[in-house]
Amino acid sequence: MKIYSLLAEKKPDVLKKWFALILETYPKETSSFLKSQNSQTRNPVTQAIYEGIEGIFNGLVHEDDEDKLNIYLDNVIRVRAIQDFSPSEAVSFIFSLKEVIRKELDKEICDPKMFKELLGLETRIDSLANSAFEIYMKCREKIYEIKANEMRNWTYRALHKTGFYKEVRTEE
Amino acid sequence: MAKETTPEELVNVDYEAPKKDWTETPVEFREGMYCYGSRPVYLQEVGFPNPREWSPADEDWKLPENWKEIVLTAMEERLSKYRSFRVFMDICVRCGACADKCHFYIGSGDPKNMPVLRAELIRSIYRKYFTIGGKLLGKRAGARELTEDVIKEWWYYFYQCTECRRCSVFCPYGIDQAEITMIGREILNLLGLQTDWIGGPVANCYKKGNHLGLEPHAITSNIEYLLDDIEEITGITIEPSFNRKGAEILFVTPSGDLFGDPGTYTAMGYLMLLHELGLDYTWSTYASEGGNFGFFTSMEMAKRLNYKIYAEAKRLGVKWILGGECGHMWRVLNQYMDTWNGPADFMEEPVSPITGTKFENAKSTKMVHICEFTADLIKHNKLKFDPSRNDHLNVTFHDSCNTARGMGIFDEPRFIIKNVCNNFFEMSSDATREKTFCCGSGSGLNAGENIELRMRGGMPRGHAVKRVQEKYGVNMLANICAIDRAVLPPLMDYWAPGVDVCGTHELLANALVMKGEIKRTQDLRLEDLPGVEDDDDDDDNNEEGGE
Repeated sequence: MKIYSLLAEKKPDVLKKWFALILETYPKETSSFLKSQNSQTRNPVTQAIYEGIEGIFNGLVHEDDEDKLNIYLDNVIRVRAIQDFSPSEAVSFIFSLKEVIRKELDKEICDPKMFKELLGLETRIDSLANSAFEIYMKCREKIYEIKANEMRNWTYRALHKTGFYKEVRTEE
Repeated sequence: MAKETTPEELVNVDYEAPKKDWTETPVEFREGMYCYGSRPVYLQEVGFPNPREWSPADEDWKLPENWKEIVLTAMEERLSKYRSFRVFMDICVRCGACADKCHFYIGSGDPKNMPVLRAELIRSIYRKYFTIGGKLLGKRAGARELTEDVIKEWWYYFYQCTECRRCSVFCPYGIDQAEITMIGREILNLLGLQTDWIGGPVANCYKKGNHLGLEPHAITSNIEYLLDDIEEITGITIEPSFNRKGAEILFVTPSGDLFGDPGTYTAMGYLMLLHELGLDYTWSTYASEGGNFGFFTSMEMAKRLNYKIYAEAKRLGVKWILGGECGHMWRVLNQYMDTWNGPADFMEEPVSPITGTKFENAKSTKMVHICEFTADLIKHNKLKFDPSRNDHLNVTFHDSCNTARGMGIFDEPRFIIKNVCNNFFEMSSDATREKTFCCGSGSGLNAGENIELRMRGGMPRGHAVKRVQEKYGVNMLANICAIDRAVLPPLMDYWAPGVDVCGTHELLANALVMKGEIKRTQDLRLEDLPGVEDDDDDDDNNEEGGE
C-alpha cells in the first residue's frame, strides 16, 4: 500500500514525534532526563521505549505478523506496567501514533484513496491496542505471581523452620 | 561526572516555570511501593521507642505527642556528632550529577527519587531550623516547616533508597546519600516508624542470633539436609563441627543461605570447599548470622547485633574468622565492626593455613572474605577443577553494591568464576564494578509487599542482564550476596526470564574435583549434568564429560 511507503520515508520524523508524545506522559524533570541520555545501560527506559516503538513502526510498515510486533510492544509495556501509570495510561501510547501519523500525512490523506488506506492502518493500530492490553495484563499477573511465590516460599520456610514440615526423602 | 550537554541542548532553554514547587507535591502512598509498618512487639523486643500498631496507609500515624521535638533534637545531635552529616547538608550545589544515577529514579521516573531531591527532603528542614538563612528567608532559602506530611514523605522515600551509594560515586563532592538515608531512617525509628520486614529480623537476630530466628537445632538439621545432598552428588560424607572450642577458624555466613534456594547451594559450596581443604574450622549456632538488619535502623542497634561475632570468637578461642558471601554484612564488618566492637586483640592476624598468605587487609578486624581466601587458594594451585561441568552455563557477574563500593572487591570473584567456568561474559562497564546497579531490594527492602518497588529499582540491573542474555546467551547471574540470591530470581523472572541466579561458591563447588568423589552426574541442584552419562550406562567412559 502507498501509505506504508510514504510512512517509511517519514520514519525519522514519525518516531521523533511519537517518542516526544510518550515522554510527555512523564514528569517534566524526568522527561528531560529521558531525552538526554543515549547509553543503553545508563538509560534503559529510553532504550526500551525507543527500540520498542521503532520495532512497532517497522512492523506496521512492513506488515509483520502479530507475534513479532508483540515482542516490541512488550519492550515498552513491561516498563510502563511497573511505573506510576494507570492501566489506560500505560498502554495509551499506541493511540498517540495515530495522532502523529494524521499530522504527518495531513496533506496526503485529503486524497480519498489515501484516506481509505489510513483507515486500514488505523484499524491495525487499534488491534495493536488489544495486544497491548493483553501484554499489560501479563506483566501485572507476573508481578502478582512473583508476590504469591514470595509468600509461598516464606510460608514454606516458616513451617520448615518450626519443624511442622519435613521433606519426604526416598530411602535407598 | 556530570552529564555531557550537547550544544543543541544548551541553546534549547526552557523558560517555562514548573507549575508548582516540589514542596507542594504531597506524597501519595501507592500500594506495592512501601513496606508494612513494624509490629510493636518487634520494637519492644529490642527497646526501640514508641512501639504501636500503625499502618503507612492510615491517615493518622499516631505519632508521639512530642514528635517534632524528638526529630529536631535527633537532627541536632547528629549534626554535632557526625561532621559528614553537616557537610552533606551544606555542601550540595545541585549540579545534578547524581540525579540520573539512582536505580530507583531511572526505574520509576519519580523526581523525588533523584538522590539530590531525596537529600533535599531532610536538607530543607535543616535549613529551616539550623541555618540563619533558612530561618530568615524561609522558602526563598529552600527551607520548609516540619509537618507530619514531611515525616510521611521521609518515610516513603528513605525506604525507596537501598543505601547502595552509586550516586556518591558520581558526586563531585562525595556526598554519600546512603549516610543521609541512614540518618533519616534513624530519626524515623525514634518515632516508632520501622518497617515490619526490618523490625522482625532485628528482633530475631537479637534474640536468636540470626534474622530468620533459627534455633541451634534448626541450623544443624538444615545443614544436615545439605550434607545429605552433597553425599548423593559426590559420594563424600562431610561432618562439619558446630560450636567447637579450640577450632582455628570460625565461619560466619548469612543465615539466608541455610534456608532459601539458591542460597543453600552456595552453603553447600562452602561445606564442600572447606572439607576438601581439611580446614580446622567450626560453624556457630549462636553467631549464626553475618548480615545485620540493625544497620538499617540505627548505628547503636547494628553495633549490638554485631557484637555476637567477636563474643563467639572469644568464647570458642579461634584464631581468626572467615566470612561467607554477603553484601551489607561485609560493609558492616569492613567499615564499622572494628571501631564498634574492636580491637579483637584476642585473635591473631589471619593467615591461610593452606598457602601461608597473610591477609594484611584483615589485620585489625581478623575477618577474611571467603572470596579473598578462595582466590588465594586458586592462585597457589591448591584446588583442582573440572570447569567443563559448568559448560552448560553462560555466566555473568553482578557486583553487589556493598562489597563493590563498600570495600572494593571486584577481581576476586571474577578470578574464581573464570577458573571454574569456561563461559564468562561481562555486562556493560556502566553496570559493573564501582558503577554496579543495585538489585533494588537491599537495605531491608526485600519484603514481599513492595514487589513493584523492587521491580522498579531493579530495572537497570535487569536490563543490563537482558543485554548480555540477548548478545551472549547468558543464562546464569552469579553474585556474592545472600540478598541478591534471594531477590534476583524474581527480578530476572520479570526483566530477563530464563536467567538463573547463583552464588560464586556454588559454581566453584560444581567444578571442584574432590578427593575420593564418585563420578559427578548431577550438579549441586541435583539436576543432571548435560552430556555426562552415568557409569552404569557406559562403563568405558571414564571422563567427567563435556570436554
